[in-house]
Amino acid sequence: MRLIQKIGEWLDLRLQLGASIRETSKHPVPRETASWFYVFGSAALTCFMLQIVTGILLALIYVPSAGEAWNSLQTLNHGISLGWFIRALHGWGSNFMVAIVLIHMVQVFLFGAYKFPRELTWIVGVLLLLVTLGMAFTGQIMRFDQDAYWGLGIGASIVSRVPVIGPWAVNLMLGGPIIAGATLSRFFALHVFIVPGLLIAFVGVHLLMVLKLGINEWPMPGRVVRRATYMQEYRELTHKQGIPFAPGAVWKDIVFSGFILLAIAACAVSFGPFGPGGQPDPTIIQTAPRPDFFFLWIYALLSFLPPSAETPILLIGPAVGIIVLLALPFFAGEGEKSWRRRPIAVLTILLMAVALGTMTHLGQHTPWSPVMDAWSSEPIPSQFVRGRTALERQGALVFQAKQCHNCHSLGDRGGERGPALDRVALRLTQDQLIRQVIQGGGNMPAYGKNLSPAETTALVAFLTTLHPATQVPARDASRGVAFGAGETAAGR
Amino acid sequence: MSEENGMSRRVMLVKLGILFNAIVGAVLAVPIVRFLFSPVTREKKFGYESWLSLGGLEQFPTGQTRLATYRNPVVNSWDGETADIACWVRNVDGQTFQVFAINCAHLGCPVRWFPQSSLFMCPCHGGAYYQDGSRASGPPERGLFQYNHKIEDGKIFIRAGEMPTPGRAANTKSGGAMCA
Repeated sequence: MRLIQKIGEWLDLRLQLGASIRETSKHPVPRETASWFYVFGSAALTCFMLQIVTGILLALIYVPSAGEAWNSLQTLNHGISLGWFIRALHGWGSNFMVAIVLIHMVQVFLFGAYKFPRELTWIVGVLLLLVTLGMAFTGQIMRFDQDAYWGLGIGASIVSRVPVIGPWAVNLMLGGPIIAGATLSRFFALHVFIVPGLLIAFVGVHLLMVLKLGINEWPMPGRVVRRATYMQEYRELTHKQGIPFAPGAVWKDIVFSGFILLAIAACAVSFGPFGPGGQPDPTIIQTAPRPDFFFLWIYALLSFLPPSAETPILLIGPAVGIIVLLALPFFAGEGEKSWRRRPIAVLTILLMAVALGTMTHLGQHTPWSPVMDAWSSEPIPSQFVRGRTALERQGALVFQAKQCHNCHSLGDRGGERGPALDRVALRLTQDQLIRQVIQGGGNMPAYGKNLSPAETTALVAFLTTLHPATQVPARDASRGVAFGAGETAAGR
Repeated sequence: MSEENGMSRRVMLVKLGILFNAIVGAVLAVPIVRFLFSPVTREKKFGYESWLSLGGLEQFPTGQTRLATYRNPVVNSWDGETADIACWVRNVDGQTFQVFAINCAHLGCPVRWFPQSSLFMCPCHGGAYYQDGSRASGPPERGLFQYNHKIEDGKIFIRAGEMPTPGRAANTKSGGAMCA
């Protein structure tokens, strides 16, 4: 014990750090901030440190070469003792880090911590969010599989839409004319040098400001922030009623960080590493590329934007979003901090959560994509063919063979790109069905050139049977007039 | 020499030193920037594109659309399989051909050909194209990208070497007219 103390004293005489570390750890914080709501910032930092350690461990094996990266990931997963676990820790650590950074941001926003004098802390925090997402995106490319390859293609297609400089920007992003070795090398440099360097620098500034300006006090409804008086009020909160950061508040940070590390390890053990998926071979086109969880909402958004508005929204939307976040402390730098008195702030968070949650859910299920193999793997449920005529059954065959099932579901099976056809005969008359099949429209391709008259007749005969037995199918009333009273219903 | 003068002389020396470093920095910046932008500037010198064979015409029967692959003209040894690019070759009538890029005109995902329904479908956001490459439905703003091609010695050649993207499609023809 005495030896350790002596070594400590020897080091401190030369480093001269002990006093300032003691002072920093004992600095007074408002009593109420020793709260479980205040643990997310430190937990994000813990995640980041785990990412650094596991990232360096992975770099011992990983080969950042387009030709070898995928094989080196396989070696990590299968060939090296516990390589799969380090990959899993890094992958799950990434997910936890993004999630905790987002939770931290919501907490800081709802507690009004971005207001005077912590505007710059918030701005650096926004930059930290961006570089964290940058790490997540470039990390997804390190897992150099089919998703990474086509994800780069999506990125290049978006970048190419920038006016004037787009085509050059694509070459700059890819490091050449196509996605290849140079692309992976530069994303590797981004993922292990450039973005982490920015992250470390921003974390340093962020932490320094938290220490210099003090942690945000617990917001009380009615305790309004004013530039003229705030510093004095905060000083009283900390120095008269405050408690020392260590051990008063820090023990909760430590416990929560430990819990998060445990949760990451538990996920890593239970669920294992992410991928890699198929080989990054662009000639293997049987693939449905999809981004990682935190980018699924963008993926969903991209399928819903109308074509004409897509480019402007893609290019201007993110810029507007970032500017709004950066500008927030300048138009709301004073006033109420408590979320109890800020209904619009609470509603904004709820709206964002619902929107992002919905988009992410849609991104997981991709109802806008044809189910590429439904025509050959999803049979038509038997109730739709039982008791039908030969012509109608022939139509059911056409329905399968011409891949209608890829976009249209029957009995909840098949694609959801187009409307479900279980009750289509209630909506469309025979003539309308023929027109829709031949001419398409409403986001459906025209099949006129691709179906013989006999096939069309059979298909439409089948479609007109798609209605509940208890309901009468749609019919064209004028037909009864044209063909005489005897012929009423079109089809059946 | 007075104390004051000495200080100002030293201040001036510091300023001169900073200026000297700024000049050296500016000189160094030229090669650094040129290095960084080499993927862009190299394009002008060599041209990324060249004529590449997709193989003999017998591989592409009349009236059918087949997948073809080629090795990108600009390659490094460590590009691995990423330098192998796929494209769709349509033999319209034995004389006329169309060569479509594999990349969807929306966001570059690989489109798949369905001969039964004569449609190209994209797995990402549901874009669909007719057999002539024109847009059928979904988010794409235009038809599939087409490579320039020529027939020589019973082989089909395409002019390729750059990933087609919506913003730089000048070198590739658009698919047929829009008809949705």
